[in-house]
Parts: sequence; structure tokens; C-alpha cells
Amino acid sequence: MSASRSAKVRWHYLAALLPAGLFALLAVSLPATAAHQVLRWEIDWVPALGVDLALRLDGLSMLFGLVITAAGAIISVYSGAYLGPHRYAGRYQVLLQSFMLAMLGLVMADNLILLFVFWELTTFTSFLLIGFTHDQSEARESARQALFVTGAGGLAMLAGFVLIGRVAGTYSLTELLSRGDILRQTPLYPAIFILVLAGAFTKSAQFPFHFWLPNAMTAPTPISAFLHSATMVKAGIYLLARLHPVLSGPPAWTITLTSFGALTALTGALLAFGQTDMKRILAYTTLMALGMLTLFLGGTHTAALVAALTFFLVHALYKSALFLVVGILDHETGTRRLDAVRGLARAMPGTAAAAAAAAMSMAGFPLFFGFIGKEIMYDGALSMDFMPGSVTLVAVSANTLMTAVAGILLVRPFLGKPPQGQVPVHEAAAALFAGPLLLGGTGILFGIIPWWVARWLVQPAVHALGHDGPPLAAHLFHGWNMPLLLSIVTLSVGVLCYVGRSVITRFLRRWLAACPLTGDAVYQGALQGVQWSGRLPTGLLQNGSLHRYLFIVMATFVGLGIWRLAAGGQPPIWGGIPSLAYREWLLVGLEAVAVAAVVVTQKRLVAISSLGVVGAGLALIFLMFGAPDVALTQLLVETLTVIIVAVVLLRLPDLQSRECGDRPVRIVDGLLALAAGTVVAVMLLNATTPPLDRDVTAYYEQYSLLAAHGRNIVNVILVDFRALDTLGEITVVALAGLAAFALIRRERHRKGGQKWEP
Amino acid sequence: MGTLILKAATRLLVGLILVFSVYLLFRGHQSPGGGFAGALVAGTAFALFAISEGAAACRRALRIDPRLLTAAGLLTALAAGITAVVANKPFLTGLWWGWGHGAEAHVIIGTPVIFDIGVYLTVLGTILTLVLALEEEA
Repeated sequence: MSASRSAKVRWHYLAALLPAGLFALLAVSLPATAAHQVLRWEIDWVPALGVDLALRLDGLSMLFGLVITAAGAIISVYSGAYLGPHRYAGRYQVLLQSFMLAMLGLVMADNLILLFVFWELTTFTSFLLIGFTHDQSEARESARQALFVTGAGGLAMLAGFVLIGRVAGTYSLTELLSRGDILRQTPLYPAIFILVLAGAFTKSAQFPFHFWLPNAMTAPTPISAFLHSATMVKAGIYLLARLHPVLSGPPAWTITLTSFGALTALTGALLAFGQTDMKRILAYTTLMALGMLTLFLGGTHTAALVAALTFFLVHALYKSALFLVVGILDHETGTRRLDAVRGLARAMPGTAAAAAAAAMSMAGFPLFFGFIGKEIMYDGALSMDFMPGSVTLVAVSANTLMTAVAGILLVRPFLGKPPQGQVPVHEAAAALFAGPLLLGGTGILFGIIPWWVARWLVQPAVHALGHDGPPLAAHLFHGWNMPLLLSIVTLSVGVLCYVGRSVITRFLRRWLAACPLTGDAVYQGALQGVQWSGRLPTGLLQNGSLHRYLFIVMATFVGLGIWRLAAGGQPPIWGGIPSLAYREWLLVGLEAVAVAAVVVTQKRLVAISSLGVVGAGLALIFLMFGAPDVALTQLLVETLTVIIVAVVLLRLPDLQSRECGDRPVRIVDGLLALAAGTVVAVMLLNATTPPLDRDVTAYYEQYSLLAAHGRNIVNVILVDFRALDTLGEITVVALAGLAAFALIRRERHRKGGQKWEP
Repeated sequence: MGTLILKAATRLLVGLILVFSVYLLFRGHQSPGGGFAGALVAGTAFALFAISEGAAACRRALRIDPRLLTAAGLLTALAAGITAVVANKPFLTGLWWGWGHGAEAHVIIGTPVIFDIGVYLTVLGTILTLVLALEEEA
């Protein structure tokens, strides 16, 4: 590593200042949200559509915002060390911080449309982050899959939002919170419910959309720690929580969320067992957590919401720490396979301590925050509206499996003796293990002072969902009650599962092999279906023959033109042959000769030049009839076109008659050309017959000099009166140029036989 | 294509054409011309140079990648528009600096001129991107 490179790496740590600063800003407002205040900030954006740039900070936004910024700061530092002097480290940090800001905007948006914009921004930035190692086809594939699945869900969600806006008459979340009854009673409720759920379920990887999350593990590990444990996948959870006061209540909400959540939780917990890649194990356990969160949001009692929001915090702390630990192992040993390394605790004490703190919290041992989370979960499960007994059973089973998985993750790589021949490993850099250590340590701290968390973080968030309830009794020891009993059962059965893990794994593998249909397969099938259905019309319409393209364009134009003219009903008025001056007749004659030359010639150069003559003649006509600006532009465009076309075509052989097709084809082409010319002529006649409305012209004539200080009205219109149009046009020019450039270069790659991937 | 006549003529013409293109750009607000027309003229000059001396020489003479020119043009036009926002007026409102009002105004410079320069750069950049790519391809 050269000195300048390592200096550059140090700069990358500075990126952490952004999330850290935002975290401090949020923390300062903590007393306000804890006192149930709602801080708002708003400016108009598109007032005509009711879309404002409105931000809102209440207890729920605060809880999510703190997690996002804290994790963002830790991950920024970690990433600096993880990537080192990577070629694209700068790009990575920009993407990471953009994602963080989008995510923060999402949880603070007070307008549904604004929320959607931030939602899509997180989709977009996460697409780029998952596909960060874009030279691997696997990474590209997973990035595309995540984009398709969450993007499609996001669009459905937008439709749901528009319906909400139509029914409730507002996009403002603050106003919506008081209009829940309108939404719950509208006959459109099922449509709204399904569309919004599509967004939340795809983003939070709920069954049956769960398959994209494990595949997204091709992302760099710090990205997975940030996106796939603490933030982005929680966006769906946030949405469900945010709309909970507005949409919850009807049986559809309760039953759907409870059952799909349970299904996702069990699927995730079971599938976590069959994996050998530690990162995939974590991905599946994240599915379990997301399922549990969805399940609890299906409840309507305070206890269920408390469970959801507490577990959100618990999970964010231990899961991102574990992801970061796996990243360290990968970084230091070069493998993420569970059975590849053993006994690393002695060589890597810092990393091992972080892993232990996080895994113990995950398993739910007393004194760790996970223990409190589990107690509160069981409390919530027992209070569910829909089948509380089964929900409790699901919660206990899933947590049991989690305990076992935590054991596998901690014991296998870290404990025991390193086997003979294992390559010696060194402790990672402090910047790497400090983050997970901090997260794990916070897990212990919160486990010891849960009442503080309840008072400042969870309680205000629950209040934001419209539930006051009695103050939470979040203490280490609740007394001998049902949740404690269930916790003891969970821990002991979890240890048993850990001991008998090989049996469970073997059973699972057999069961999975028998499973006929997976979400991944359905996705692949749908993708192939789209490609297949696209190939058919493409083959018909875009066969690569310019002749056919031109024919289709011209035929469509003639058809539509005739249809419009026939519908207009008015026959064109033919004023007889106009009396023209001799120089005008000369021009007409010149044009006719040039056109004839284009049609007849076999030489490309003659054809191009003749076309140039036609264009120049047109410019002359503009000049004669008092439009010097148009004439100038026409002449210049014509000149440049001839040059460009000449550069290309001069390299090609002469036009052969067979290239222009057989005689019948040529006759049809000729007729089409005549028809196109006639349609244009008739349209021109129709357009020029009625007297021109000069209102607009008069306006420009009056104000061009006074308001815009220009005598050339054409230019004043272009750069001042209608400058927005011009801005759009030059953007199109620039993009068209870039697209053409890419096409030209692609041709070169193909010729050179080099690899080209679109 | 590098015949002696073309080369000699190009040497003389390119500079003149470029001066003319800038002239067209700045007179546009009062007389026929403007950013688009000026850029087309400048594009012709560079195309002529590329045909007679080769695309590589043209790139050297240009010094920067034409795609950067396009981007700079778009940004310039955007900056001209945003200036109005900074002055608390709607996006792309023309701002003028000078003295006097109405027909008596003596204007020195305004954001529409800057906007036109943006148009000029964008169009020129796009033309050169294409011409040079095609010239190198052939």
C-alpha cells in the first residue's frame, strides 16, 4: 500500500461524521419525543397535488432514526477498514451515505408521496450496493432480483398510497392518523390493504417474497449488516407500524399479518439450520426476525406493539454486530464457511468478545437485551387477537431455533482448539472489531437498564402508534409468570436443539429436496416468461433492417394522418397554383431535380449530396418567407448531417439495386412515399387556411425586448420564455448522444471480439 | 482524406469558423444565431478538422473529452436556472444585471445568456461525441 493510498483510506473514515452528526442531532431531540411531542418541518413542493416536503419526528421515527444513524456511523468506520484502498472505495462511501440519508428520509417523511420517493431511493441505492462487486455475475443477478422484487412492490405501494389519498383526501401522515375510520370503512379497503402490503412484504422479505434476501448476501458484508439487518428490510416493518393506527383493526389485517409473519418466521428459522455459509445463516435468521415483527404488528393490543418495537431494537443490535463479526472472519481468514475454522477466540479476543455479546443476546440469556426482548415477545404473543396459543407456540419454536443457531455461530468458529494445520490468524484492526463490540456492549447495557430503553425509546414509539397503556414494566425480573416460564423452556430446548443439530439438519435437507416449488423458481420462471414474450414482437418489429423500420414509421404516420384528416371532415382548400416569382420557381425546380437524383442514383455520395441540396433548398424557402433563424438552423443541421452521414456511408460499397428490393417492393415503397408527401401537403394546406391566431405572437412581440432584453424573439423564446422546454430538449440531446456513443462503441467491441456485457 | 488542399484549407478555415460560431452565440439574443446555431457551426469546424487530420488529432486539439463538454453544458444551463431560485424567483426566471428599465435598459449580462452558453456546450459536446466516435470507428 502506498502512502497516498493509505492517506486516502483515512479520509474515508471521515464519511462517518455525517451519520454521527445526524445521530447527535436526533439524540438532542430525544427529550421532546419522549414527552410525546411531534416535531414537524415543512416546505411546499407540489402543493397542487398535496405533495409537500414535510418531515416529522415522533417517537417511532426517533427509534428508527437513531438505529439508522448509529448503525450508519459504525458501518462507515468499519467499511473504511474493510475495503481498505479498494479502487471504488469512494463510490462505495457515497452510495452508503446516500442510502443512509434516503432511509432516514423514509422514516421521517410526513407525506405518503415523499415517503414513496425515499422508499424508491433506498431500493435504487441498495441495488447499486448489492451489485457493488459488479464484475461477478452472481452479484449482478442478485442486485437485479432485489431491484425487481422490491421495485415491483414499491409500485404497488404507490398505487395503494394514491388510493389512500383519494379516500382520505390527504397525503399527510399527520392528518391521516386521525382519519383511520374513513379508511377502515371504505369499500376500497381491501385494495388499499393488498397494495400497501405488497410494498411492505417485498421490502421486508416476507413469505412468499423471502427468497431475495438470502441471495442479496453477495453484497459486501458491511452492506449486509446495514441494509439487510438494521435498516432497509425494516422499511416494510416501519410502513406497517406507521400505518398501524390507520389500517389495523379489520380481520384481514390481523389474520394476514399474523399468519404470513408466522410462516416467514418459521421458514427462516428452519432454513437457517441447513446452511454452511455463516452469512446465509444470518440472512435466514433475519427472515425469522422480520416474520416475528410482522406477526406482532398484526396484533392490536399495546403488548403486541411493545413486543414488535422492542424486538426491532434487540434484533438491530445483535444482528448487525453478528454480520460485522462474520465480515471480520471473512476478511481475516478468507472464508465464511462454518466448518472451515475453529478456535479463533484466543487469536482474536476482541472479535470473539463482540461475537459472544451479540450471540448471547440472540440466544436470550438473562442480563442481555435479548432476554428482555423475549420476555416482552411472549407477553405480546399471549395478548394476540388471532390464535394467541398458536402464535405463542410459533414464537417459542422460532426463538428456540434462534438459541440453537446462536450457539452454532458462537461455538463452532470461536471455541475449541484450532486444528492442526490451520493457518494462523491475527486479530483484526481495531476499526473492524470496535463496531460490533460497541453494538454487543450496548446489548448488554440495555439488558441491564431496560427501564431506560422503555422510557426513552419504546414508550414514545408506542405512543406514536396511538397506544398509551400503562407504563411498561421492563425489568430484569417480572416475577414467576408465564413469559418467564416460556423463556426457561426456550433456553433449555434451544440447548437441546444445538446438541441435536445434525439430526435437524439432515431432516431439513431431505425435506427441502422434496419441496417442489420455491419462490426463487417462480421468480426465474416469471423472468423467463417476460423475456420470451418480449422476443416475439421484437423479432417481428426489430429485425435489424432499416428498411423495415422506416416502412413501419412512415406507414403509421400515413395511416394516422389519413384517419385524422378523414375525421376532421373538412376537405382541403386548394387555392390554385400560386403566383410565384421566377426565383421561387427556380427553387421549386431545384428541389424537384434533387429529389429525383436521390431516388435514381446508385452512388451514395450523390444521394447524400442531393439530400443536402433538398435541405438547403428548404432553408432558402424559410429565408425568403422571413424566418432567418429557422433558415440558419436548417442550413447548419443539413450541413452537419451530410458530413456525419458521409463519414459513415463513404466506407460502404455502392448502392446495389438488389439492396433496394425487388420491383414489387420498390413500387410499394414509392407509393408509400407519395402517400406520406400527400398527407403532409394536405395537412399544411389545412393548417394555413384559417387565419392565424396572433395572440401569442403579439405577446412575445410586446414583451421580448421589455422583459427579456432581446430583439430576436425566436432566441428569447428559446432561452427565456420557454427555457424549461429547452432544458428538457438539451437533456434529450445529451442522452441521445450518449446512447448513440454506447452503440457505436459496442459495435467496436463486437468487431474486436472483446467481451461486452450490457 | 488528408489531401494537401483539404489540409491547407482546414488550417485557415477552422479558426475562422470557430470565431464565427462564438459570434453567432453571443449575437443570438438580438439577431439570428444563438447557442444551438453556434454549436452547429463549431461542430462543423471540428468535424472538418477530424476529417482532414484524423480523430486523434482532433481529440488532442480539443484537450477534453467531448462527453465532459456535454455534461458541463447541462450543468451550466442548470446553474443559470438555479440562480433564479437562489434569488427567490421561479426556476429559470431570467435575471439581468445592468441599469435602467424597460426599453431604456442597458443590460450587461443576464442568466439567459449563460443558459444559451449551456445549450452551446451541450450541443457541441454531443456532436463531437458522435462525430469522433464515428470517425474512429470507420
